[in-house]
Amino acid sequence: MSFVSIRDLTVAFDGVPVLHGIDLDIDRGEAIGLVGESGCGKSVTWLAALGLLPGKARVQGSVRLDGQELIGAPRTTLEGVRGARIAMIFQDPSSSLNPVQRVGRQIGEGLRLHRGLRGAQARTEVLRLMDMVGIPDAKRRIDLYPHEFSGGQCQRIMIAMALAGQPDLLIADEPTTALDATIQAQILDLLAGLRRQTGMAMVFISHDLGAVSAVCDRAAVMYAGRIVEANDIDSLFAAPAHPYTHGLFRAIPDLEAGRARLRPIEGTVPDPRALPAGCAFAPRCDAASSLCNSYAPDLKDQRSGGAVACFHPVQSSLRHMTQQEVPA
Amino acid sequence: MIRFILAKLARAFLTILLVVTFAFVVLRLSGDPAQVLLGPDAPQDAVDAFRARWGLDDPLWQQYLAYLRQILSFDFGVSMRDQSPAIDLVLQRIPATLALTVPALILKLAIGIPAGVYAALHRQSVADRGVIMMSIFGFTIPSFVLGLVLVLVFAVRLDWLPSGGQSSWRHAILPIATLSIGGIGILARFSRSAMIEVLGQPYIRTAMAKGLPWREVVWRHALPNAAVPIVTLIGFMLGALIAGAVVVESIFSWPGIGRLIVVSVANRDLAVVQCLLLVIAASMVVANLLVDFSYGLLDPRLRAKPAH
Repeated sequence: MSFVSIRDLTVAFDGVPVLHGIDLDIDRGEAIGLVGESGCGKSVTWLAALGLLPGKARVQGSVRLDGQELIGAPRTTLEGVRGARIAMIFQDPSSSLNPVQRVGRQIGEGLRLHRGLRGAQARTEVLRLMDMVGIPDAKRRIDLYPHEFSGGQCQRIMIAMALAGQPDLLIADEPTTALDATIQAQILDLLAGLRRQTGMAMVFISHDLGAVSAVCDRAAVMYAGRIVEANDIDSLFAAPAHPYTHGLFRAIPDLEAGRARLRPIEGTVPDPRALPAGCAFAPRCDAASSLCNSYAPDLKDQRSGGAVACFHPVQSSLRHMTQQEVPA
Repeated sequence: MIRFILAKLARAFLTILLVVTFAFVVLRLSGDPAQVLLGPDAPQDAVDAFRARWGLDDPLWQQYLAYLRQILSFDFGVSMRDQSPAIDLVLQRIPATLALTVPALILKLAIGIPAGVYAALHRQSVADRGVIMMSIFGFTIPSFVLGLVLVLVFAVRLDWLPSGGQSSWRHAILPIATLSIGGIGILARFSRSAMIEVLGQPYIRTAMAKGLPWREVVWRHALPNAAVPIVTLIGFMLGALIAGAVVVESIFSWPGIGRLIVVSVANRDLAVVQCLLLVIAASMVVANLLVDFSYGLLDPRLRAKPAH
C-alpha cells in the first residue's frame, strides 16, 4: 500500500467543480511533480487533503495517509497530520510568514507541537534547522522578524519550519515561483539535498517543467482539474503522450534552436464554470475527434509505462518527428 | 529612536500651537464678549471699560502675542465671568467627565472587540449577522437621539433610573450607556473587518499547515496582526475621553467638561474657551502619541530603525 493514496478526489467551490476526481499514489521517500497551468487544481488537491480550504469548498473522495482517511476527518486528527506527517510550504514566502512574530519563534512552534521541545532545547534545534536550510549567522538572526530577510531566505525559513515536525511528506507549492532565477536554483538544490538527507517524500507543485525535472522522480501533468498524464520524469520528457504535455514541451524555448518561433498551445484554459462536455483539452487539441468532444477519457495505464487520459495519445512516430524538428 | 521621539514631540507641539491660534482667531472674530456678558442694553462707557480691562481694544496681533506669552508661562487667564483662573475651572470639571468616559471606553473595548472578533470567526452565521446589525444600529443613531430614547424608556416610562444630575452612581448609568453604544458598534465592525482581513492572509494558512490548533492560530497569529488597525481606532477614543461627552453631558445635565464648553462658548468667556481647547487638543495629541508609539510595539515593520 502506498504511503499516501488519493482516490477520486473532487473539490467544488460554490457548486463549481474545480477538481474532477484525482487519483494519485505517493510512496515513501518518493518525489513527485505536479505540473500544470495556474488554476488547474495542483494546489487545491493538497489544500483539500490537509483540510486547509475555506469552508465554502466541498470536498469529496478519499485521501489516505498510511491507511488513515483524511477527508472528513475530525479537526484534531488533521492538526496531528499537518506539520507532523505532511508539511507544506507555499508560493510567496514573504507573506507566508507572520510579520509580527520573530522567525525563531515561528520555527519553534512546530518543535513544541510535534516534538515537545521547549526553551533552550527548542532554541538549539531551531538554530540547527536554520543552519541546515542555509541561513548564515543563524545565532544572530534567530530573533529577527520576517521583513528583515530576503524572499529566498524567507523560503528557507519556511522550509526550516516545515522540517521542524520531521514530516514524512513535504508539499512544496510553487516554492520558487516568487523568487528570481539564481535563488530558484539554490532553493531547488536545497530541497533536493534535504530530501536525500531526511528521506522524506516530496510533492513538488510547479508550472516549471525544468524545476520539476531537477527534484522529482516522477511527474503528473494536470489540466483543468484532472491528471492527464503521469509518468517517470525520463519517459515523460522523452516521450510525452498527452497532446497537452506534448504542447508544453514544444512551448519551451530551446537554447540551441536558433531563432525558431516558440509553438504556444493555442487558446486558453477553459472556465471551470463552462467546461466542454468531453475532454477539457479538446477545444485546443489538434488531434481531437468527435469522440473527444462528447466523452472525457479516463486516466489509463499504458503498456509502455505511465498513464494517459487521451483517446488519441501522441504516437511514438510523431514524437520521434518532433524530436527531429529540434536539431540536437 | 530618540530622533523619532523628538520628531513626534515637535509635531505634537506644532499641532497644539495651530489649535490654539485657530481658536484664538475664530473666537475674536465671531462675537464680542462685552456685548454678551454685559447685555445688549449696556451703556457705551461700560462696554468701553470692559474692553479696556480685557485688552480687547488692542490690535489682534498684539493680543495674540500677549496670549502666547501668557500660556508659555502657564498662565491661562481668568474667567471673564467670575475672575477665577480658567485652568482651575477646567481642571475641576475633568473628573466628572472622566467618570463617564472612562467606564464608557472600558465597555466599548470589553464588548466591541470580542463581539467583532467572534463575528469574524463565525462568518455568515446568525451571530455574525446579529453583530453586524447591532453595530450598524449602534453607530448610526446619533447620541442625542439615543440619549433621549434611553431617558424616555428607562427614566420616564419604566422609572428605573434618573434622567439627569450627578448625585449617585445610578445617575451615571444612562449617560455611560449612551456614550458607549456607538463606540461598541464601531469597534465591533472594525474588529470584525480587521480580523477577516487577517484571517485571509497566507501566514494564517501557514500557521494552520503547521498543525497549530485553531485557538492558537487565532490567539498567536491572527489577533496580534489585527491589533494595529484596532489600536488606531482606540487612539481616537482615547483622544475623546475629555471632549467626547459634550452632547451627552448636556442631555443628562452632567457637570463635566462638555457642559463647561457649551456655557463658556455661549458666554464668549474667551480665556475659559481657549483653555478648554488647549486641554482638549493636548489630550488628543497625547492619545495620538501613545498610538504612534504602540504601533512600534505591535508591528516590528513600523518600528523606527535604530541608528547604527
